[in-house]
Amino acid sequence: MSVDVLAALPRLAQRLGGEGAVLAAAERLSGGASMETWAFAVEAPGAARRDLILRRRSAPFDPDASRSISLSGEASLITAVRATGAPAPPLVHLCDEQDGLGECHVTQRIAGETLGRRIVSDPRFDAVRPQLARQCGEILAQIHATPPPAQAGLKTADFLGELARYEEVYRASGAERPILELAFHHLKIHAPEPAPLVLLHGDFRNGNLMISPTTGVAAVLDWELSHIGDPAEDLGWICVNSWRFGRPDRPVGGFGDYSDLLEGYEAAGGAPVSLKRLRTWQALGSLKWGVMCLMMYQSWAGGLEASVERPMIGRRVSETEIDLANLMEAGL
Amino acid sequence: MITHPKAQELTTAVARWIDELRPDLDPRNAFLARVSANVLGVIGRELTLGPAAQAAATERLTVLLDYRGTFEELNADLCRRLRAGEMTVETPGLLAALKANVLDQLAIDQPNYRHEGSAPP
Repeated sequence: MSVDVLAALPRLAQRLGGEGAVLAAAERLSGGASMETWAFAVEAPGAARRDLILRRRSAPFDPDASRSISLSGEASLITAVRATGAPAPPLVHLCDEQDGLGECHVTQRIAGETLGRRIVSDPRFDAVRPQLARQCGEILAQIHATPPPAQAGLKTADFLGELARYEEVYRASGAERPILELAFHHLKIHAPEPAPLVLLHGDFRNGNLMISPTTGVAAVLDWELSHIGDPAEDLGWICVNSWRFGRPDRPVGGFGDYSDLLEGYEAAGGAPVSLKRLRTWQALGSLKWGVMCLMMYQSWAGGLEASVERPMIGRRVSETEIDLANLMEAGL
Repeated sequence: MITHPKAQELTTAVARWIDELRPDLDPRNAFLARVSANVLGVIGRELTLGPAAQAAATERLTVLLDYRGTFEELNADLCRRLRAGEMTVETPGLLAALKANVLDQLAIDQPNYRHEGSAPP
């Protein structure tokens, strides 16, 4: 079903803003393969302008096959994590048939910067940058302490399960990459002991964080990969070198140190996680990203996607290979 | 075979043209144009660095496996042995050879990618 979002937004603005409300601005921010993000604003007589974000699924969704949760699941999730103090953007509206927009929700638009490279290098963030890793640790502890909302339909993943799932995808690709082979075997025999499972964000990295130049982490975005799993998965993912944006010397997102992340996590009530455990999950993160790059190339090679971006991402596998080689050389 | 213009000069010319167009494009196409210019960069580097990288990789695998073969044969055999756990991070020379190979590949794919082994900024 094709939807003309720009045509439907004025009606939504009226519904959200009440009598006399108008759509003041609307702009598509990004379009992934299956999800669109729109920024829009609602103005009503005698009320302050409201800046909002619409997240909308633009391709059919199979909740059983997909790793993503539904947008209504995401809505229940961000409401739940906000109750424990984690900064998800407040939910404003879960769209229904009356809106004619398909599957989508509306949240407040939080001001700040999400572009990883700017966050790690722009002088505007110099003052706040040293606090970010600790804040990330504190926020992750809050997320991990949240009781998972039943209606979110979250799946469960553990280390060996994730490793096996990505190895299967790699095998099916027919690729022969020695460092990925070595990493699959190495991580299998060095898998961390299972830990009590918690609610995870699932894609907690520099790029999905809204950063304010004055207060630091203002919001955690993109909850669609949330699942139940090992706390070290989220802690390791934000340390994957692919999202350090040219600053490998600052392991947490290109802005901070491991010790700040882990200390913030513990101070906010998270169960202690060793650096060794974090680095093992970080290695699995690099391996997963490498396999995802292969998958994106394959979606082009198989004719599913036509964008030039897809085959080019296939050339990012080598970045994950050097990162994995460095981790294994360092004994993880 | 002709000597001029070299294939790399042709890719450079197209990449420059794409860069000229970029400011006039909508955000999505500006992004794809930047990706396309990067693609031409990869092709250019593969043309100049690829043959030597492939030869060096084959030589490293020859030393590691102790027999001669094509790159494809040696690489497939190495992958099989790694998967079976016959060679591991403990195998003398293994990580050094794999790292040297991937650094050559990275010099083609993303020469500006900075990793934990990169020199400080």
